[in-house]
Amino acid sequence: MSGPEYLVEMRGIVKKFPNVVANDNVSFTLRPGEVHALLGENGAGKSTLMNILYGIYRPDAGEIWVYGKKVDIRGPRDALALGIGMVHQQFKLIPVHTVAENVILGLREQGFVINERKINNELTQLIQRYGWTISPNSRVWQLSAGEKQQVELLKALYRKVRILILDEPTSVLTPQETVALFQTLRKMASQGLGVVLITHKLEEVFSVADRVTVMRAGRNVATKNVKETNIEELVELMIGRPLLKISSTRSLDTSKPVLEASGLVVLGDKGLEAVRNVSFKLYRGEILGIAGVSGNGQTELLEAIAGLRKIMRGKVLLDGVDITNRHPQKIIDAGVSYIPAEVLRYSAPEMTVAENLVLKAYRNHLFANSLMIRWRDVNRKAEELVKAFRIVTPTITNKVANLSGGNIQRLVLARELGTLPNTKVILAAYPTRGLDIASTEQIHQELVKRAEQGVAVLLVSEELEELMALSDRIMVMYRGEIVGVLRRGEYDVEEIGLMMTGVKRAEVSA
Amino acid sequence: MIELVESVLVGAVASGTVFLLASLGETVAERAGVLNLGMEGMMIMGASLSYIFTNALGHGWAITAVLLVGAILGLLHALFTVSLRLNQVVVGLAFTVLGLGLSGLLASNEIRGRIILALNPEASPAVIASQEAAKLPPIPIPGLVNIPIIGPMIFSHNILVYISLILAGGLWFILFKTSFGLSLRSVGENPSMADALGVNVFLIRYIAMAICGALGSLAGAYLFIGYQPFWVEGMTQGRGFISLALVILATWNPLRAILGAYLFGGVEALQFRLQLVGVAAQLPYFLLMLPYIVTIVTLTLLSAESVRKRIGVPAALGVPYSRE
Ligand SMILES: Nc1ncnc2c1ncn2[C@@H]1O[C@H](COP(=O)(O)OP(=O)(O)OP(=O)(O)O)[C@@H](O)[C@H]1O
Ligand SMILES: [Mg+2]
Repeated sequence: MSGPEYLVEMRGIVKKFPNVVANDNVSFTLRPGEVHALLGENGAGKSTLMNILYGIYRPDAGEIWVYGKKVDIRGPRDALALGIGMVHQQFKLIPVHTVAENVILGLREQGFVINERKINNELTQLIQRYGWTISPNSRVWQLSAGEKQQVELLKALYRKVRILILDEPTSVLTPQETVALFQTLRKMASQGLGVVLITHKLEEVFSVADRVTVMRAGRNVATKNVKETNIEELVELMIGRPLLKISSTRSLDTSKPVLEASGLVVLGDKGLEAVRNVSFKLYRGEILGIAGVSGNGQTELLEAIAGLRKIMRGKVLLDGVDITNRHPQKIIDAGVSYIPAEVLRYSAPEMTVAENLVLKAYRNHLFANSLMIRWRDVNRKAEELVKAFRIVTPTITNKVANLSGGNIQRLVLARELGTLPNTKVILAAYPTRGLDIASTEQIHQELVKRAEQGVAVLLVSEELEELMALSDRIMVMYRGEIVGVLRRGEYDVEEIGLMMTGVKRAEVSA
Repeated sequence: MIELVESVLVGAVASGTVFLLASLGETVAERAGVLNLGMEGMMIMGASLSYIFTNALGHGWAITAVLLVGAILGLLHALFTVSLRLNQVVVGLAFTVLGLGLSGLLASNEIRGRIILALNPEASPAVIASQEAAKLPPIPIPGLVNIPIIGPMIFSHNILVYISLILAGGLWFILFKTSFGLSLRSVGENPSMADALGVNVFLIRYIAMAICGALGSLAGAYLFIGYQPFWVEGMTQGRGFISLALVILATWNPLRAILGAYLFGGVEALQFRLQLVGVAAQLPYFLLMLPYIVTIVTLTLLSAESVRKRIGVPAALGVPYSRE
């Protein structure tokens, strides 16, 4: 292949935020035709490094060379002009616009009147080339997370980018969608693009990447050829120790359920039924997993139980007491804690870490008398939780908006698991989304520990591995209904995968 | 009976055009993410200026002046809300209060007289003193006007009515079929994203507000020279606010705004006819109250997240954008 050896070369990049050095003399290279994985714990500085390449941040020191030329990237516009595209974890799409509209927005070559026919043809060709099924005319809000990601990729492809950055692209995908994405990435690489894949999942490194760079505390500690390394070495590089295995010896008491839902019907945002006639019992010390492609009513179900969404029909009993449609505060007080799917929406980004940590518990006598909050106690608790949940933040008075993705997740987990007294039920939606492997391990242990202490856990996840490792039973949800329930010992990836697409249990086994 | 129906339909278009022009302007602004609660003020300024300018220089100059001043008012609004990022509700209401006061001042005998004389030293004392102005002449479209019902309803009016219909179609095309329209709508949905892709958020919002101000004032000019050409202070009577509600009813779509505008116009026309025959004497009080009710309901609806999602409010409506 002719041309420069590297598409991108970043040398000695330094980026400081108030009180944090997010990138400390980092070097990074990207070759044409490679998928380059970027690994590292939460807060290691991966997103910052790539945001610098994409022009969102400007480095305090260091040089960026693209196609063998030194460049100065002042904003995403400059990056796009250089052929650099980025797919963020939070999709940057306009939901009410069509796929085509999202793709062509901001393209100067369009002329005044949009040539819909021509654009649709070109997009259809690209879509077919990658074996996707989206239509240029669908509205983005109608698409699944995986399809939205295809729109983001389409945006990059249509702009003919040669360098593509993906920030934790698989955290919102189903296993099938992940496989499809990786095929796409390989295809792009085979056409000479350079792809950067930020991820926490080691399997992904081995299934798709050619090289891997590991970051730790703002520095790059190693770059390896994937063929010449192994999981153990990468774990060691990332966290400095091997991983533990989860084991739990729990005995369930199935005489009386803690939480009992019967015939729940809940509406989604668009006013359609998102949860249809869902009934289940959750016992003391049980972890009940809910499997399903996201968007099949799981989030709405948890929100309804937590009192954040109206239950149209049906009943929720907590220890025999009716909590259907009670005020969220009452439900919190009754011992229900809720780990939401969108952590940013359920935190106050402009407030401090300490304030966010006690957002639910500040009324409690531990932190307040009848009139005043006792900030000394709040701060002490905050310091304690920051340590226990390993939240990477310079001070507890740091704004939450400044934390890295994984650290906001950790903060919400600390709030839900660490501040509320006498928790009986934990509703957990994707609790390990965006967490690095060490933190994931820690949260798994925390949930198991709680279960051993008798707390009942309702766990929504898209990671079958996670569900199968933790759950005593797994319920599969599809289009708002429970398709079937499996007990520990009956788990089978294929079967659950099929049920997630709506195939009923009996049909599966028959 | 048929005659009553026909006269109400004709009246619906005649009075509905005020709503149509204003809501077209507001649609453009809101699609770009700017809520212009100053519509009422811009409208009454248009009415007052068209009164003064028509008597001084005639219809052509009046319309030109109104468009110009309206655009400047819109740009001023943008200066406060887009560049200085002040609260759009507060700025808008300030423009309304300002417009209501300033229009009355300009149209007061003393000052109006001086302006007219300055513009046209030959103006006769009778014209200067007049509380009225020449109405725009109707231009029936030959042939089309003879179609039963539709003919007189649509094709028997003055030039501004036809222009408003052409504008509705044109704005629809621009908003939904051109790259400028796509950029404008994207700015109203997600300005930071549009910015990252190379769209000039500030420029687009200024343009949108200039259009909004110009059309809002034109609506006022139509109200005066096209509909009831005698000056009464505060003669817009809340029509600007009703237009705001109309924008929502029409779900930010210029073509649907036509239907809504004529519906509201029809209510007004019907009210006149009924009053003439002595029915429903209390109706005027109810109608006077309507704009304020409509405004409260509108603002309440716009602030409820679930409603916003369902009716498709531009996601960034009312939110100032700052680059970080
Ligand atoms: N805008 C900002 N202001 C202040 N500090 C920031 C800002 N962005 C990131 N940081 C800090 O810089 C460090 C690196 O953050 P970065 O987002 O790059 O981490 P990451 O490796 O992507 O982590 P994760 O896996 O959790 O997403 C973190 O300590 C974070 O708190
Ligand atoms: Mg990150």
